[in-house]
Amino acid sequence: MSDLTQSDRDLINLLQEDMPLAHRPFAPLAAQLGISEDALIARIKQLKEDGFLTRFGPFFDVAPMGGAFCLCAMAVPAAEFETILTKVNAHPEVAHNYERTHHLNMWFVLATETPEGIADVAGKIEAETGIKVHCFPKLKEFFIGFKVAA
Amino acid sequence: MTLDATDRAIIEALQGGLPLVPTPYAEAAQALDLPEEELIERLQDMKDTGVIRRIAAATNHYKLGMTANGMTVWDVADNRLDELGPQIGALPFVTHCYERPRALPEWPYNLFAMVHGASRDEVEEKRSQITAILGDALRGADILYSTRILKKTGLRLRKKG
Repeated sequence: MSDLTQSDRDLINLLQEDMPLAHRPFAPLAAQLGISEDALIARIKQLKEDGFLTRFGPFFDVAPMGGAFCLCAMAVPAAEFETILTKVNAHPEVAHNYERTHHLNMWFVLATETPEGIADVAGKIEAETGIKVHCFPKLKEFFIGFKVAA
Repeated sequence: MTLDATDRAIIEALQGGLPLVPTPYAEAAQALDLPEEELIERLQDMKDTGVIRRIAAATNHYKLGMTANGMTVWDVADNRLDELGPQIGALPFVTHCYERPRALPEWPYNLFAMVHGASRDEVEEKRSQITAILGDALRGADILYSTRILKKTGLRLRKKG
C-alpha cells in the first residue's frame, strides 16, 4: 500500500490537527515528538514530496466571506471526457474534481465569492460544454470529520 | 467578515500553503510587506470568524491507502432526515454528511455520506451499517466510487483589480 512507518502515520494524524498561530508554530509539536523543529519540518517536506500530504497551511472557507461552495455533477460522454475536463478545470472556481462511477461521472466543487457566482459559473460551463450541470448545494451539514486516519 | 485588500492578498499568498520553515508567518509577512504581528492578527481574526477552519496538513487519502472512497447517496423520507442524518454523520468512517436537494427524476437522493476504506469490500461493509440505521425510512440508495482525482486545489480567489 505504502511504505509509511507507524511513526509517519502518527505524524500525519497529528499534522491534521489545528496548528497554533505563533511565531514558531512547529515548536510545540516538535517538543511533543522530542525532535527539533528543523527535523520536524524536514519530515513534513518529505511527506509532501512523497505525495502523502498535498498541502500544509490554512483551510479557507468562503461562506463566512459571503461566498459559496456547491457540489456539482455532469454526465460526460466517455469519448469527450478529456476535452470537457479541460474546459471545466479551466475555471478557477472549480476547486476539486473527481471522476466517479455513475451516469453522472464528473463531480466537482465550485467555490465562488458570492452565492450568485455558483449559478453564473455553472451556466458558463453548460454553455461551453453543452452538458447540463446539476447543482447540489448543501442544505444541512450533519457532520464533517475532517481527518483521514493514516 | 468583510475582507479588505490586505486580507485578500494574504489569502492569495497562503492558499498554496505556508512556507515550510521554522517561522513561516515571518517569511510570509515579509513577502507581503507586512509586519509579522499584523499577519498573525489578521489570520487570527479569520480563524475567529470561520474564514479559516484550521491550519493543518491536507492529505492525499489515496496515497494513505484509502483507495476505495465511496460517495454513498440515500433517498431518505424527508420527515425522518433530521432524526437519522446526525446518526449517519456520527459514524466514525463517515467524513462528510450532508442533506442536498434531489434532482428528480434523475437523482432521487437527498442524503450524501462519504465513506473511506482501504478496499471496496470494506466500504460495502460500512455501507451496510448505514442501510441498517436508515431502516424503513430508506427508499433507495447508490454508491459512487471515485476513480480519479481530476483536480484538487485550495481555495482560489480571482484577482480583483
